[in-house]
Amino acid sequence: MLGFVLQRILQAALVMLAMSALVFVGVYAIGNPIDVLISPDATQDIRDATIARYGLDRPLWEQYGGFLGRLLQGDLGRSLVFGVPVLHLILSRLPATLELAVAAVLAATLIGVPLGMYAGYRPDSPLSKTIMTVSILGFSVPTFWVGLILILFFAVELGWLPAGSRGETVEVFGVGWSFLTANGLKHLILPALNLSLFKLAMMIRLARAGTREIMLSDTVKFARAAGLSDGTILRRHVLKLISIPIVTVFGLEFGSTLAFAVVTETIFSWPGLGKLVIDSIQSLDRPVMVAYLVLIAFLFVLINLSVDLVYALLDPRLRRGQVA
Amino acid sequence: MSAAAVLQVAGLSTSFFTKAGVARAVQDVSFTLGRGEVLGLVGESGSGKSVTGFSLLGLVDPPGRIVAGSVRLEGQELVGLPSHALRKVRGRRIAMIFQDPMMTLHPVLSIATQMGLAIAAHERVGRAATRARCIEVLNRVGIPGAAERLDAFPHQISGGMRQRVDIAIALLHRPAVIIADEPTTALDVSVQAQILAEMRSLVAESGTSLVWISHDLAVVAALSDRIAVMYGGRIVEEGPTDVVLTGPRHPYTQGLLDSLPSRAKPGTELVQIPGGTPSLLALPEGCPFRPRCPRETEICRTMPEPTGDALRRARCHHPLVLSPAEAA
Repeated sequence: MLGFVLQRILQAALVMLAMSALVFVGVYAIGNPIDVLISPDATQDIRDATIARYGLDRPLWEQYGGFLGRLLQGDLGRSLVFGVPVLHLILSRLPATLELAVAAVLAATLIGVPLGMYAGYRPDSPLSKTIMTVSILGFSVPTFWVGLILILFFAVELGWLPAGSRGETVEVFGVGWSFLTANGLKHLILPALNLSLFKLAMMIRLARAGTREIMLSDTVKFARAAGLSDGTILRRHVLKLISIPIVTVFGLEFGSTLAFAVVTETIFSWPGLGKLVIDSIQSLDRPVMVAYLVLIAFLFVLINLSVDLVYALLDPRLRRGQVA
Repeated sequence: MSAAAVLQVAGLSTSFFTKAGVARAVQDVSFTLGRGEVLGLVGESGSGKSVTGFSLLGLVDPPGRIVAGSVRLEGQELVGLPSHALRKVRGRRIAMIFQDPMMTLHPVLSIATQMGLAIAAHERVGRAATRARCIEVLNRVGIPGAAERLDAFPHQISGGMRQRVDIAIALLHRPAVIIADEPTTALDVSVQAQILAEMRSLVAESGTSLVWISHDLAVVAALSDRIAVMYGGRIVEEGPTDVVLTGPRHPYTQGLLDSLPSRAKPGTELVQIPGGTPSLLALPEGCPFRPRCPRETEICRTMPEPTGDALRRARCHHPLVLSPAEAA
C-alpha cells in the first residue's frame, strides 16, 4: 500500500512539472502584459524599467526557471494588477468556490444516487419514469439559463432566496465561509442547486444503469435465494458495487466544478476563483493565470490520488501486495 | 413412498411473457420429493429445468411468472405466497445453489460478511455466535483453515472453494430442501468429483432432500435416487435412477443415454440425437420431441399423457418399455 502511494505521488509530481511548463509557455504566448499595464504615452525609460522589473526581458526558459525556483519556495509571484501576492489572492477566493463545489457535488450525489437506485430497481414504475424525465432535463438545459430561471423564480417572484453574493461569512482559518451562517447558507442554495443539476442527472443515470445491471446478476439471485430482503441487497450488495463508478465521477466533477464554475459564479455574483481568473485573463495578469492553472492541475492530481485510494478501500481486488 | 414427502409439486407451469410471445418454459411439472431423497432433474439447455428450480423458490423474474400449479413444502403452499412470507422461507427451509461460483458470491464483500448477511436474514445472532456458526459450516463442507478463509474475499479463493462457500451458505439454516442448479458444471473434473462425494454425504447425514439439476446424465446417475428427464418444459420420464438408466421408456431418454461419450466404443463416432431443442416460444404441436423422434407416428400430434404410477412414469405414445398396466 505504501509503495502504491509513493508511486502515485511520484507520478503526480511529474504531471505537475509537465503541466507547469505547458501553462507557462501557453500564457507567454497569449500576449504581452506590458501593453495592458503601461499607458501608451509612458516614456521608453519607464517602459524598459517595468519590463526589467518583471523579468520580461529575459528569455523564456530563464523566466520559467525562475518561476519554478520561486514556486518550490511557495512563492507564486505578485499579481500585476492588484500588486498583492498571488497566493493571498487565490486563497481569499478559494473558500467561496470550494464550498460551492462541495455543496453542489455532495447534493448531486446524496440525492442522485438513491433516486437512480430506485429507478434501476423499479424501472417500470411511474416514479422512476418521472425521475428519468427530470434527469434528461438536467442534461440538456444549459446552466446559465437554469441559473437565470432560478433567480427569476425564487428571488424575484417568490422572494424566498437572495439573487446573488455570498451573504454573511464566518472567519475560520483566516478565511471567510458562508455555509456556517444561516444567511450565508441561504445565499449558497441557489448557485449550488444551479451547479448540481447536471451532476444530479449524471448521478441518477449512473446509479440507475449500475443497479439495473446488478439486480439481474447471479450475485443478487443467489442473495435472494438465501432469503435476503431487497432492501438489504440494495444497501449492501448493489451500493457497494456501483460506488466505484460513482466515486470516479464524483472526483472528476468535483475537480471540474472547482475549476470551471465561472458561469454560475458570474450569474450569482459569487466572488470565487472563476471570476478571478476571467478578470485576470482580460487584464493579462500572467502570475495569477499561471498560478491558478497550476493550482487547478494540483487539485486534479490530488483528487485523482484520493479517488485511487478510495478505490482500494472499496474494492479488495485492487489492493496490491496482499497475499491470498 | 417410504419416506414422508417434503416437497410436492403438482401441475407447475411457468411462462415468460416476452414481446416475441409467450414462452412456456415449464408446463405441468409434477413430482414428489421424500425426506433425504435426491432427485436428478436432467435435460438439455432450454428444457426448462433451471426455470423449474427457480419456480420452486418463487424466484422467477418478470416478464416470467408461475401461471398454474402448486408447490407444497412440508405441507405449506408456496405458490401465491406474498413476497415477504416467501422471503422467510427462502434460505431457511428451501435453499438454492447456482451453476457458476465465480458469479454468485459478491466480489467485494468478505465471505464472513456474506455468510453473516445470510444468517441475519432469518435469525438474530450475536457477532461471536455468527462467526462460530460460519466456521462450523465451512468445516462441514470441507474447507481447510475455515477461520482464516472466513475473512478472505472471493477472489482470493479457488472456484472449488467458492462453490463450497455457496454450499455452506445454503446449509446455514439446515433447510429441508436444496435445489442445486448444475453446481459442478463450471468446475474442474477432479473438483467436481470431490464436491459430488461431499454433497452426497452432507445430504445423507443432515437428512436434506436435494433436487440436482444437470444436463450431465453421468453426474446425475452417480448422485440421485430418482431421475426426472425434462424436454420442452415437461417431465417426459421419471423413475428410480437404475431403472431409468437400464430400461428407459421415452425415446428421448434413450437418445440421451446413447449419446453419452462413455458408452461409445473407442474410435467410433459419438451418437447424436438429430435436430435441436425446440424454441419454447414455438413448441411443436403434440409431443415436443416428435420432430426428432425415430418412433414418431400420427398419434404423436396429440400430447401424450403420463402413463405409469408416481414412482415410474413416462409421457410417450410409443414407449420403449411398456408399463405393467400397458403390458397387461
